[in-house]
Amino acid sequence: MKRLLLVGTVLAALVSGPALAETPGKILNASYDISRELFVAVNKAFIAKYKADTGKDLQIDQSHAGSSKQARSILEGLEADVVTFNQSTDIDQLVKGGFVSADWRKSFANDASPYYSFPAFLVRAGNPKQIKNWDDLVRDDVKVIFPNPKTSGNARYTYLAAYAFAKQAYGNDEAKATAFVKKLFDNVPVFDTGGRAATTTFAERNIGDVLITFEAETRGIAKELGSDKFQVIVPPVSLKADFPVAVVDKVVDQRGSREIAKAYLSFLYTADGQKILAENGNRVNEPSVVDAFKDQFPTTQLLTVNDVFGGWDKVQKEHFASGGLLDQIYGQR
Amino acid sequence: MPHSTRPARVGEGTGVRRTLIGFVLVISALLVVAPLCVIAVEAFSKGVGVFAATIAHPDTRSAILMTLATALIAVPVNTAFGLAAAWSITKFDFPGRSLLLILIEIPFSVSPIVAGVAYLFVYGMQGLFGPLLQDAGIKILFALPGIVLASMFVTAPFVARELIPLMQAQGRDLEEAATSLGASGWQTFRTVTLPNIKWALLYGVILCNARVMGEFGAVSIVSGNIRGQTNTLPLHIELLYHDYQTAGAFAAALILTVIAVFTIIAKVLLERRGAGRVRPIVATLGTAEAKDQP
Repeated sequence: MKRLLLVGTVLAALVSGPALAETPGKILNASYDISRELFVAVNKAFIAKYKADTGKDLQIDQSHAGSSKQARSILEGLEADVVTFNQSTDIDQLVKGGFVSADWRKSFANDASPYYSFPAFLVRAGNPKQIKNWDDLVRDDVKVIFPNPKTSGNARYTYLAAYAFAKQAYGNDEAKATAFVKKLFDNVPVFDTGGRAATTTFAERNIGDVLITFEAETRGIAKELGSDKFQVIVPPVSLKADFPVAVVDKVVDQRGSREIAKAYLSFLYTADGQKILAENGNRVNEPSVVDAFKDQFPTTQLLTVNDVFGGWDKVQKEHFASGGLLDQIYGQR
Repeated sequence: MPHSTRPARVGEGTGVRRTLIGFVLVISALLVVAPLCVIAVEAFSKGVGVFAATIAHPDTRSAILMTLATALIAVPVNTAFGLAAAWSITKFDFPGRSLLLILIEIPFSVSPIVAGVAYLFVYGMQGLFGPLLQDAGIKILFALPGIVLASMFVTAPFVARELIPLMQAQGRDLEEAATSLGASGWQTFRTVTLPNIKWALLYGVILCNARVMGEFGAVSIVSGNIRGQTNTLPLHIELLYHDYQTAGAFAAALILTVIAVFTIIAKVLLERRGAGRVRPIVATLGTAEAKDQP
């Protein structure tokens, strides 16, 4: 069997020969699982700009999967020049592996997060249950849908946002905040493993009164599954979710693609780049774009993980670690 | 033979027969036909335009090619392996025979995800051979070789498992007779063994092929998910689905289904062609009857 495996390997290596040769003017962006359409638009614009600026053709390849899986793949040899993730902790994994420099947050503006979003609500058309804020979600007559926070990064933001809301509402009383989140979890009839499955539960199986997911995604869902059937509710308070980017130093140094990688990520901060990001439902910082899209994006107060929880390290230790607060709340169900 | 002359046996009453046939038909419709219809309907739910655009998209075409290339390498290698393994186990006595039998079965009982992760540990940069391969400029993970290897692991038992019970039942007598009459090993295999096992072999190959093309878990880990390059059809379907391209996802799923149906049709055609004497079940029963009534 060993010999056959070896033969197979050699055969396969021969067939994939062309992939070995490095084509110049080509970079790989490893991104999270639901950013495909966004980066199709971004890449098209950047490739045109790059051609205009340098006269050279550029190809941008996209890899999409959960960002923790992407980090793992890069550590194992997936040659991504840049990462565009939805969890900064996953870029920190790359720092630990020596692939990204420790000060990556300072390499680009806004802690290297060119756009942001936050957990928002998607309700059925007409909002029959009159759901407007987080405290509506713990009412006895409301069924809430979001995926399992143990397996979904998206749902972890929901958990933290609910906790942050309750902490603010109850004057920093941690016990009351915990009770609030527990009540919220009691209102969830089914915990799916991922965001897409939760969407199916809510939109196609017609279970629950409200789906909680990133604001950017609520618009995509309404667009795909019927804007006449659903309505986006932006709560007055939520928790800011960063979408961090980084150049993968180890890869770009090997391939000599650092300049392209930097230019690509910087493009996300330009007015053109920010416009594309906003068109895809993401909140941005560029004032001219913020102004142009202000009708689409209602104002809301955004708390941050740093201010409410004292940073991701603390969140990890106190909430998400084995036996942490999330386990205690989730385990009590 | 008239029906009334022999005592009725269990299961021959019309009620039982009807219930049984009806039960099987309903379950087949629910489990097989309904989902297939749903795929076809959903694929065209956004119109023929979206369906055509999905198929014409370079990413979809690349995913189809990737899936076909994987099958083109993995299936022949696993067929050769399965034949060799079945032959060794049933025709030779050697120490470790039962151990080999168990080894072949392992991929059946191990989750494909485990296989994928195991390949990460072996060929990954943090793994055993990763750094060595990197120095040699050989790319296995996140490229076709990794996908082929993972698919081969998952489907390694298919051909062997089809052949071993049959070859065990057939025994070694015919081969031994051929050898004693002076046939070479290759002649014996080609003229005695192969004709006896060809339908089981074909069935194993079809199963192996279907599984290679449909494999998701193991491939998902080692592919790197680069769209247009290392995405196979199942991975492409997942990507479209996650991206709220439901119609596109179903269109890609329909392509995968059509390819699968084609392999089944190919099998049936092959069977017909070689069916002069041995058409499974029906043909065998026919000859048995013919013998009974001289």
